[in-house]
Amino acid sequence: MNPTQALLALLLFPGLLYALPMGWLMLGLERRLRARFQGRLGPPLSQPFYDVVKLLAKSPVPRAPADLRLLTGLPILAFGSGAGALALLPVLAAKTGFAGDLVLWVSLLEMPPLCLVLAGYASRSIYGEVGATREAIVSIASSVPLLAALLAMAAAAGSLRLTTIAAATPWPVRVPALLAYFICLPVKLRLNPFSIANAEQEILAGPLTEFDGRRLALWELAHGLEWVAWLGALVCLAVPLRSSSSWLNVMAFSLLSLLLVLLLTALESATARLKLPQATGWLWRWASLPAALALAAAVYWRYSRY
Amino acid sequence: MFELGKGLFLRLIERARRRSAWLYHFNAGACNGCDIELVTCLTPRYDVEQVGILLEASPRHADVLCVSGPVTRGTRAALETIYAQIPDPKVVVAIGSCPATCNVFAGSPVIEGPLERIVPVDIYVPGCPPRPHMIIAGIARAIDRLATAGTAGGRP
Repeated sequence: MNPTQALLALLLFPGLLYALPMGWLMLGLERRLRARFQGRLGPPLSQPFYDVVKLLAKSPVPRAPADLRLLTGLPILAFGSGAGALALLPVLAAKTGFAGDLVLWVSLLEMPPLCLVLAGYASRSIYGEVGATREAIVSIASSVPLLAALLAMAAAAGSLRLTTIAAATPWPVRVPALLAYFICLPVKLRLNPFSIANAEQEILAGPLTEFDGRRLALWELAHGLEWVAWLGALVCLAVPLRSSSSWLNVMAFSLLSLLLVLLLTALESATARLKLPQATGWLWRWASLPAALALAAAVYWRYSRY
Repeated sequence: MFELGKGLFLRLIERARRRSAWLYHFNAGACNGCDIELVTCLTPRYDVEQVGILLEASPRHADVLCVSGPVTRGTRAALETIYAQIPDPKVVVAIGSCPATCNVFAGSPVIEGPLERIVPVDIYVPGCPPRPHMIIAGIARAIDRLATAGTAGGRP
């Protein structure tokens, strides 16, 4: 991956030019499908776009300047790291990636939740602090099985490069690892039954309670990018797209991502919010189990070959 | 060309404001009658999310402040704080007879209302309590005001 390719990946595909409309489409689809599942009509698919435009056009309420730097910097950081994580997705396998990009990718993906935690504390609101604490706890509970699953895949594929992992992981490792990944997805996207950190109405808006106008719009954009990145990564790791036609790869990648939105929304609509101890207990038990299986399979795979 | 671009930009903002009004509901000592009717608007029967209306939990996210109840002494300071926290442009909808006239509570020593003494009110929705249709009609007119409230870069 040379600098030009990296820049193209960041700005065009699977970066911002693709991911912003796709993120809006995913959020809109999620809202519309959720409404349909609840017996309502729901907003049009373009709704998240109009939300962001409206938020960008609001004038901010004056505040203490010390707060302002943090409150503006954190959503920008979350947005930037989301875009960076997207750029590393191995959709067009031949053109992306470098040795060790798994490490960078994971750290970039874990940045938005970290920013959210810091933002909750920085906003100095009691609701923000409660939301930040909750986000930190569920984030750790889901990151351990998630990282174990990714490590298992990397170990079995014998590489820290995403393209190689997507192509070379043996299926006995891949299936339990991706199961653990899928269980952690609603936690990472803060959906029911794990919508504990943002807990709408219960703790107002959680970490984002004190964000207004443009800063809130940045969070919405970062959240859209998170959707595209987390779902896209699952698609890339589950279905190594190896067709010779790039267009076909891109189409399959987008359609499979949208299919995942449908699955997650169905899960979200069918469940109620768990309590924090229930959620962490559930994650430690049921997400760690497939992750541990994947690790065991990976160890077996490595040693049975030599 | 520049003027045309600017015009398009302002039209986009106006359209976005029309299609994405977020409400903040403040109970200024209401009997809960109007509050129940307001929440009814979000149910599958009325489903205001069709036009992008959401009930937000934080005043900093809101565009429309819906107030029910005659403003009592205990809620006045909170109401003023919340009004100040809503970023411009914003509109205020008085839901029910209480914020308009104090209703049966008029003359009570613990009432600081009606609402217009404390914050500027844009739309009144009369009724005790008003029906959800009326609340939706009132909010729709408030959104008209919101959308056309001076679109010069978001400063009314």
